[in-house]
Order: sequence, then structure tokens, then C-alpha cells
Amino acid sequence: MVDMASSATGDLNLRNITKSFGDFVAVDDLTLTIPKGSFFALLGPSGCGKTTTLRMIAGLEEPTSGSISIGESDITHTKPYKRPVNTVFQNYALFPHLTIFENVAFGLRRRGQKDVKDAVEKVLSLVELGHLKDRKPGQLSGGQQQRIAVARAIVNRPALLLLDEPLGALDLKLRRQMQIELKWIQTEVGITFVHVTHDQEEAMTMADTIAVMNKGRIEQMGSPVELYENPETVFVANFLGQSNLIEGHVQSDSGAETSVDVHGSRILLPSSRNRGKEQKVLVGVRPEKINIHTSSTSAGKNALEGGVVTDISFVGVSTQYQVEMPWKQEIMVFEQNDGGAPNIRKGDRVTLTWEPHFTFALSPES
Amino acid sequence: MREVSRWFSRNLIRIYAALAFIYLFIPVAYTMAFSFNDSGKRNLIWQGFTLKNWANPCGAPEVCTALGNSLKIGVISTLIATILGTMIAFALGRYNFRGRSSTNLIIFLPMATPEIVLGASLLAMFLNLGINPGFWPTVIAHIMFCISFVVVTVKARVASLDPKLEEAARDLYANEYQTFRRVTFPLVLPGIAAAALLAFSLSFDDFIITNFNSGTVTTFPKFVWISSARGVPAQANVIGSAMFLIALIIVVAGQFAGNARAKRNR
Ligand SMILES: Nc1ncnc2c1ncn2[C@@H]1O[C@H](COP(=O)(O)OP(=O)(O)OP(=O)(O)O)[C@@H](O)[C@H]1O
Ligand SMILES: [Mg+2]
Repeated sequence: MVDMASSATGDLNLRNITKSFGDFVAVDDLTLTIPKGSFFALLGPSGCGKTTTLRMIAGLEEPTSGSISIGESDITHTKPYKRPVNTVFQNYALFPHLTIFENVAFGLRRRGQKDVKDAVEKVLSLVELGHLKDRKPGQLSGGQQQRIAVARAIVNRPALLLLDEPLGALDLKLRRQMQIELKWIQTEVGITFVHVTHDQEEAMTMADTIAVMNKGRIEQMGSPVELYENPETVFVANFLGQSNLIEGHVQSDSGAETSVDVHGSRILLPSSRNRGKEQKVLVGVRPEKINIHTSSTSAGKNALEGGVVTDISFVGVSTQYQVEMPWKQEIMVFEQNDGGAPNIRKGDRVTLTWEPHFTFALSPES
Repeated sequence: MREVSRWFSRNLIRIYAALAFIYLFIPVAYTMAFSFNDSGKRNLIWQGFTLKNWANPCGAPEVCTALGNSLKIGVISTLIATILGTMIAFALGRYNFRGRSSTNLIIFLPMATPEIVLGASLLAMFLNLGINPGFWPTVIAHIMFCISFVVVTVKARVASLDPKLEEAARDLYANEYQTFRRVTFPLVLPGIAAAALLAFSLSFDDFIITNFNSGTVTTFPKFVWISSARGVPAQANVIGSAMFLIALIIVVAGQFAGNARAKRNR
């Protein structure tokens, strides 16, 4: 019974995967590698093809073209029940006619394991629900069902666990709690997790690596810090946190440093952070990287003058300013409430400054 | 006066329920009462209480033969109609094939056609084929009209089945057969059971189509009809009452079992 595919371990490789439904391309030439043992998040807006990608990995959908492999073995056309992959479905899909114990034992029994009691009880105590093993799924709360869905999958020790927005139906508090629990379970069992979500905060707090997906393609892939500090496309810059993006024209590039003209001001940035391909670029900076001043500029920093404060909101740890620039664009500025911030009121004229190495530049078409 | 009207408005629902109940159960109560009638031949006038009808339900000639025929026809046609109907329901609910919508329509036809028309045309068909009316033609006729009800009942259950559950089963190492055996079938089973009960009661109860196609074979409804001209023997009341009580006991037991299970799981 044990064949190559069902015992495969190693990195998951998707090579040039495309999936079309009729004329519609749901997943478009996707290539990515997910290292064994990692917590990988697939992040993207609704309808971008995340579920379709997971379903192809699970074998519930066949790719139109491309190949999928785990380690050395190609599983592109392997039946779902022969893959070392288990899924935690979005709505959990627990079997309503079976007890919690039998739900969790389902995979083990199908693979012909006779004595399932120890394994099932161990995994139930891992998710702290051992006392509910004789109940039916309908008698569990949403959070409990979610944990059972995880237990039912990991008890099989798959090479790969796919989670399709498993926390989507939970309220915020329970969601935060489950995020911590899932992350803990992943380190505990050491299985590769592929976690699909459209909550950027969830992806950032849980994953080692995030792939940002948009319209069936991967926009950018990297660690949460990399994606946040060095976004490569306009979509990523706006999807992960907030960004200020200002039009500018590249003046010079020394190889180490690029100089951009932004509405008459000279803005500097490391050349490695310029993703623009032509002269016209979008200069980006995160709101919390900007300092706000009522006096004129300090040297050695990027500075934009002539802004007028149009709105101030105090949110406890920080104060958020909305500043209208002379070219009628609103810029967001977050200042820490650490006592160092100047006393600024609505209508004040201000100068905005930030360090060149916090600046990035993007191609406007991206 | 005010007191009375207030009492009325407070108990209106109860009064209404009681009246509706009485209306529904007077015929049943009447049937039961007259199963204890010491009647002789004609069971129309109350002659005095006796248990002898219940002690010997097969006392009247033909009552038990008719009942036996009805049960045989009911069981055979229920079994076959349930199996065939369930298969059709899965095909219609799960697969897209050419002629699916016309099949859907044809399945509904026997339910919409007046029984008297069905019965008469079936008889004409059997005679044209050179088959004499009797036991098997009746079974075939019953299977035909039961299938429609089975398909409709089971299809509703199949349609309400979440396809994610079957995907989850396949994801958890169940092959096609195991997925059906462990997930699909158990989840559709209540629908199949309901369909079988419905089919049996339809078959057992049927008079019109049976009357056309059964020839000399007498079923229970047919026996009651024929003997009503001369007077229905009290044993028929015994059997009718017994059927009612058995059905009632099954329903009540089912309720209790369900409640007990729910309590145990809590
Ligand atoms: N079976 C199908 N037939 C036709 N189109 C489909 C099918 N499945 C998915 N699609 C389309 O493919 C696109 C991607 O769907 P998918 O379910 O992968 O999105 P998603 O990223 O998971 O979105 P969400 O966050 O809303 O769950 C959608 O536009 C959807 O309409
Ligand atoms: Mg989805």
C-alpha cells in the first residue's frame, strides 16, 4: 500500500501551474517552492486564486498545466487519497454523523491502522479537547470545531498541512488566540503548514514566509519583514500595511544612490530599493517612518515642505496626522506618543522628513 | 363576564388545538371502538363490548389473506422502488448527463397523473402484452408510482449534502468506495429510510391502481371496499387499529431514542 507518493517528504514545488475554468484563468503560471517544515502563508484578496491553488496541491482539482511535486516525487496527477497532504477546510467539513473521536480517527482507519486509540487521544489532548471525544461536531463551538479540524488533519502526520482560512469564521479575540495556538502546534509537530488568508496581520504574525497573490499570480514572496520594508509592487505596498506613494522622476543613479525629483524636492534612496524601470517612478515611504516638524528641515534627510495638517487622530500608542501637500495629495504620518512629538494643531504648516534608507521606489504600472 | 372572556383569550390556542385534535381523531377513535364491538356480521351498530375480535383477528375469512397480500406487495415494491429510486436520485443529483432535465420531468409525471388514469392505462398495457392482472402486475404498478416519491425524497437529501464532506473524506485517504460507504451513504440514509417508509405506506394504502391490476388477488384496502357492501367485519377494524398503534409506537419510540441520545451526548 505504501507507495512513493504517499510517503514523500521534502520541499513542495509548484512549477508553472496554470488553472483555467473555461476562459477564466484562476491561477496563472505560478511557480513557488515551500521549504519543508516552514510556516508558509498565501496572502491575497478575495478571488485571487488562493483556494484554487490549495485544491490543486490537495488533488481536489487538476492543474490545466504545470507540475506539483513533494521532494522527488511528482504528485500532479496523484489521487487526493494517495497524497501525503491533509487539508483544514474553510468551513471545517467535520463529518456530522461521526463522533469527534471517529472524525479524528477517520484518516488513520482509512489507511488501515488498527489501533488508533493512542494516536487519537494524544492529538486530542494536544488541542485540549480530549473531554469532548464522544460528542458530535454539531455540539461544539466554532473554535472547538476548528481545533478538531486541525487535529483530524495532523493526526495523520502528513508531509504538508493545508489550511484554507481556518480562522475566517471566528471573532477577533478567538482568532488571535487560535493564531498563537496554530503557530505553537506547527512548531510542536514540525509539519509544513500552508496557510491561506486574506488577513495581512494574520499572515505577518504567523508565517516564516509570505507569498502575496493577486489575480492568479504571485506578486512577491519573502519574510514578513522583507515584504513590509521592501515591497516590490504597488499592490504589495498597499496590501501589507499602509504606504504613502508619491509620483517622481529619477534624476540620477550613482549605482549606490538614486536621486528622484518629487514635485521640486530631491529625494534620495539606495539604488537597490528602486524597482522602477523607467524615469517615472512612485516614491514610497511608510507612515511611521516619517517625522513631522513645524520648523524647517534638518540636513541629511529626505524632506518635503509646504504641507498643511488637515486631520489629527489620537490612537493611544500613536498620533496619526493627515497632511495635505501643495500638489493636493494627502500623506499619512504616524508619530509615537513618546513625548518627543511637537505640539501640532490642525491647519499648521509642516515639513515632513525621513531617512533615505526607508525610502523605496516602484514602477507605477506594477 | 370579563373573567370569562379573559379566560378564553388566554386559552384560545389550547382550545383550538383540542378541537383540531378531536376532529382528526374521531374517525380513528371510532374505528378502534368498533374493533371491540360484539357485532356478528354487520359492524354498524354497537352491540356490546368484547375482546374476541382482538383475540382472533383472522376470524373473519379472507381478512388475513388480504393483509398478507398487502404486506407482500408492500415489502417487495418498497424494496425495489427504494433501490431503483435511490440510484436515480444520485444520478440526477450528482451527475450531469444528456437527458437529465427530461428525466427529471418524467419522474414527476406519475405523481401528477390521476390514479384512476394510471390504473386504467396500466391494465390496458398489461392486457395488450398478454399479461393477466394479478400479484406481479400489481407489484410492478406499485413500484412505478413509488419510485417517483423515492426519487423526490432522496434527491432532496442528496442535494443538501455538502460536497466538502466528500472532499474531506478523499483528503483523509478514503478512496471512491470508502467515501461512499463511510460518508455519503450514512448521510443520505435518513432520506432513504424516509423514502422507504413513504413508499410502503403508499403501496399499502393504494386502492385505485390495485383494483385495476390485481385481478383475483385481494389486498387489504380492496377487501375492505368489497366487504363494505355487506358490512365490514370487526376484524378489519382490529387490523386497522393495530396498524395505527404500531405506527404510533414506532414514532414515539423514535422520539424517545432521539431525546435519549441527545441527552447522553450533552
Ligand atoms: N469551479 C470553478 N468554476 C469556475 N470558476 C471558478 C471555480 N472555482 C473558482 N473559480 C474562480 O476562480 C477565482 C479564484 O477562486 P478562489 O476560490 O481560488 O479564490 P480565493 O483566492 O480563494 O478567494 P477567497 O478569499 O474569496 O476565498 C475566482 O474568480 C472564482 O470565481
Ligand atoms: Mg478561498
